[in-house]
Amino acid sequence: MMSARKYQYVLTRKISHSPFLRQTKVNPTAAERKRSLPRKFPIAGVEKVICVSSGKGGVGKSTVAVNLAISLSQSEPDKTVGLLDTDVYGPSIPLMMNLSGQVYLNEKKLMVPLVNYGVRCMSIGLLTDPNSPVVWRGLLVMSAVERLLRQVAWGPLDYLVVDMPPGTGDVQLSISQNIPVDGAVIVTTPQDIALIDARKGAEMFAKVEVPVIGVVQNMGSFVCGHCGSETSIFGGGAGAYRLATDMGLQVIGDIPIVPAIAEGSDGGCPVTVSDPDGSVSKAFRQIAVKVALYLSSQGTPTKRNN
Amino acid sequence: MYMNRYCLWMFVVLVIFMSPGVELTSGLSGVGRVLLVLSGKGGVGKSTLSVQVAVALARSGLRVGVLDVDLCGPSIPRMFGLEDEAVHQCSGGWLPVQCPVMGAEHNLAVMSIGFLLSSKDEAVVWRGPKKTAMIGQLLKDVCWGTIDWLVIDSPPGTSDEHITLMQELRVMGSERHGALVVTTPQIVAVADVRRELSFCQRTGLRVYGVVENMSGYVCPHCKECNNVFSQGGGEALAQLKDVPFLGRVPLDPALTMALDSGAKGSSFTEALLDSPAIIAVQKLVEQFSGMETGNAM
Repeated sequence: MMSARKYQYVLTRKISHSPFLRQTKVNPTAAERKRSLPRKFPIAGVEKVICVSSGKGGVGKSTVAVNLAISLSQSEPDKTVGLLDTDVYGPSIPLMMNLSGQVYLNEKKLMVPLVNYGVRCMSIGLLTDPNSPVVWRGLLVMSAVERLLRQVAWGPLDYLVVDMPPGTGDVQLSISQNIPVDGAVIVTTPQDIALIDARKGAEMFAKVEVPVIGVVQNMGSFVCGHCGSETSIFGGGAGAYRLATDMGLQVIGDIPIVPAIAEGSDGGCPVTVSDPDGSVSKAFRQIAVKVALYLSSQGTPTKRNN
Repeated sequence: MYMNRYCLWMFVVLVIFMSPGVELTSGLSGVGRVLLVLSGKGGVGKSTLSVQVAVALARSGLRVGVLDVDLCGPSIPRMFGLEDEAVHQCSGGWLPVQCPVMGAEHNLAVMSIGFLLSSKDEAVVWRGPKKTAMIGQLLKDVCWGTIDWLVIDSPPGTSDEHITLMQELRVMGSERHGALVVTTPQIVAVADVRRELSFCQRTGLRVYGVVENMSGYVCPHCKECNNVFSQGGGEALAQLKDVPFLGRVPLDPALTMALDSGAKGSSFTEALLDSPAIIAVQKLVEQFSGMETGNAM
């Protein structure tokens, strides 16, 4: 059996000098490695894509994505907004947006998104049985996400909010590498454990060259329904601000724990619909305004035809 | 003279080969029982609960190992205050990191990919096949020795990591492993965890029961209980799927901050022993380990 050093010698000298294998490159340069990555193709009809992500699960990505999409639709009534749920294992959007019914194909064999509260939505949860687990390995998941991105009749859409699953794996890589993402919003709680994972999420976006719009701190503080006193259940309230300063980002929203938010998600009527003038809805609207401002300052891309 | 030297060498070789070698059992062969902590939903407190359950088992005198297979977000080293520790190798593979906690000085060991990363901020951005290979190594190449319980903290969902775990555990025999399914009271969480229970049924994984975490928060000012994330979802799910309901674990900010701080020895100090969360976990550990003792009789 050849030793490792001899094996490397054979690869670098003997094979690369072979007349039959002149094109073989054993040690590609960084530029050559970059060329072999998949190219980003925009989704037909969609102007801007915003990813709502975090490294950690359960910090409120879906809640923020849903309320952000509805706030964008409320604050800019002339713009069309879509919401795509790419969490294949735990799709929450159908429940939160009160979506039910069949998904139909149009004449071009594209899936027609379901509409509620002025937002066009698509999720794997609309295509699978709610009782059945989705037990898929990475390749099948990537193929499903590709279909959700490319084979949906979004129509001309100004904003597409993409609710990403937790972690930094297949789905996040597939989305970031295959479509041009105009901005990412990172959601975190003040806990150090969540901040460490949020930092990893931000690092992943830096690696795949996706700009981060800002950080949203969720579950920052809790106001007792009985005595009105404020406490921080998940660590001190400055966690996300420290992360933002360290990474050169800005905090674009600070949402407290309000039982009405959880109740709204559970009941299929998000808080921005049930209580549009409340303090929480105002906080979400501020996030929507900052996101829209960031995207408009990026400049208009070339028109993407349907 | 040469014969003497030859005889000496032969004697040394014989001594080496005939002495009973100290072999550390690697992989799952020395593990008594495996407890898989699962949830379809992220952020329900799987890692926090895994740590509390492992410490409760270790305090009762059992030898316990904790394996963290959440490759993208390994929280276990920080919760135990072991972030700066390194993994050492022995002839059989990797040695898990020993974790002395109050009341269980020598019978708790931990293994996680977090120990193998060069910095705590390093992101593991891997596709499925690489994750599968890493989990295979974590299951087969760690020298647990002979332990009573192995608590495995998994990532959310039913993905590559879970499929690989089930394939490896199947070799062990279904009576020696089981799942603890964690949820929060919210319907959004319960909807995802329902799928996880279906996954357990389909793969023949025994379910010890459902735990409702983050169930209630007692305000430190007025001592009234607030249902921060709705209520009752976990119990309803357990009834629907006909599995035991092991109880509710309330939110305790003091415990959360202690586990979050990452300081060594900060977790499970004397001050936290009367935390309502730890008391609730103690009861649920008694329930499912009682199930095991009942089966063994």
